[in-house]
Amino acid sequence: MNSAMLSNIARFFLLLAAQILLFNNLSFFGYLNPFPYVLFILLFPVNGNKFSLLLASFSIGIIMDMFCNSGGVHAAACVTLAYLRPNFFRFSFGVSYEYQTIRINDKLTPERFSFILTTIVTHHTILFILETFRINFVFDMLFKIILSSIFTISLVVLMIYLFKPNKR
Amino acid sequence: MQQIFNFVFKNSYKLLFLILLGIALVFTVQSHSFHKSIVINSANFLSGGVYEQINSVNEYFSLRGKNEALAIENARLKELLHNQKDTTKFPEIDTIRGVKKINIVVAKVIRNQYQSPENYITINSGSIQGIKTDMGVVNDLGIIGIIENVSPNYATIQSILNLKSKINAKIKKSNHFGTLIWDAKNTGYAQLIEVPRLASIRKGDTIVTGADSRIFPENIGIGVIENVYTDNQTNYYTLNIRLFNDMTNLGHVYIIKSKEKDEIIKLEALTKKDE
Repeated sequence: MNSAMLSNIARFFLLLAAQILLFNNLSFFGYLNPFPYVLFILLFPVNGNKFSLLLASFSIGIIMDMFCNSGGVHAAACVTLAYLRPNFFRFSFGVSYEYQTIRINDKLTPERFSFILTTIVTHHTILFILETFRINFVFDMLFKIILSSIFTISLVVLMIYLFKPNKR
Repeated sequence: MQQIFNFVFKNSYKLLFLILLGIALVFTVQSHSFHKSIVINSANFLSGGVYEQINSVNEYFSLRGKNEALAIENARLKELLHNQKDTTKFPEIDTIRGVKKINIVVAKVIRNQYQSPENYITINSGSIQGIKTDMGVVNDLGIIGIIENVSPNYATIQSILNLKSKINAKIKKSNHFGTLIWDAKNTGYAQLIEVPRLASIRKGDTIVTGADSRIFPENIGIGVIENVYTDNQTNYYTLNIRLFNDMTNLGHVYIIKSKEKDEIIKLEALTKKDE
């Protein structure tokens, strides 16, 4: 039980609570909800145990599904995102990302922003495709993916700036 | 055998991912397939309890509106009571069976969802109060949906704002039947499809639940006709219906326990077997 693990557990429950209590009820324009709980998967330590990340992502997704009555769409999107996360690191921070000290939780640089953008767009695409699941709502779905992603990205960036762990 | 173990150990991360993704996809597909309940739903003590706590705070912000709605409903019921032709005559009760045909359970909406194409509502009454799957849910203005999952203290409702929802409805004045669906576009409107061309339809006509529905009693309000479309391929009308209910603002709801439903279903199953 080190501090990194404790902060991860705390983040798990705080983000889940914020999502269920606050962000699920925003319904911008009547139907648009952001999903900043994915921040848990983004902020998980780069060299952390990947099995625990996979299991934690699955459980955060399945709890979201339970509260949203949505079957398993959040769980599927979160597990896929957790599995593909190393690829996004490689895409944004270069091939030798494992040997650098990457901090997502810091000032916004182009690398960090590209990481946040790609991960959130991937998550939302899987989420809304599985949620819609019908071919005749393709345009509604694309519209929702784009607007929701913009909404979530801006919230995630805001949250990172608000809760920077150490101020220098 | 050794090689199998080696393979599993070497690819354990991938295998775990595939197993978890498989579980999630099975739940997803099940939730989308028609007439099948969701496995993971909010009718349980954890999410139900959380939503009840949230609702107990939120309730205070809408007390004034709720009181007004109740007062209006009371006034209407009083009007019905005092306008009875013979005040000494009580509503008839079937004395042979000794019970009322319809029982009503009141419940409170603790979570209302209306953003996604498949919406569900969570209420704070469950199997302890006698609620079962496939019971109809209404409020003072009109229909809300059908009970989908039940736990001891909570239940989820498949809202009429759900792509899976299909409810038998009719035009009040002409008794022409159709099916009430929702096109997932606007929370204030639902669609009545498969209305025969013979029906005389005018804008503003009232739509009520039909007699063919085993879940709802006849003549419960749904909405009024807003637009009429004709389908060129089939010989049917599609009607756009403005709902009486504001589905984004629900307080207390009534669950209809029909004593006749089981009997009708049993009888129909028997009839089909004989064919």
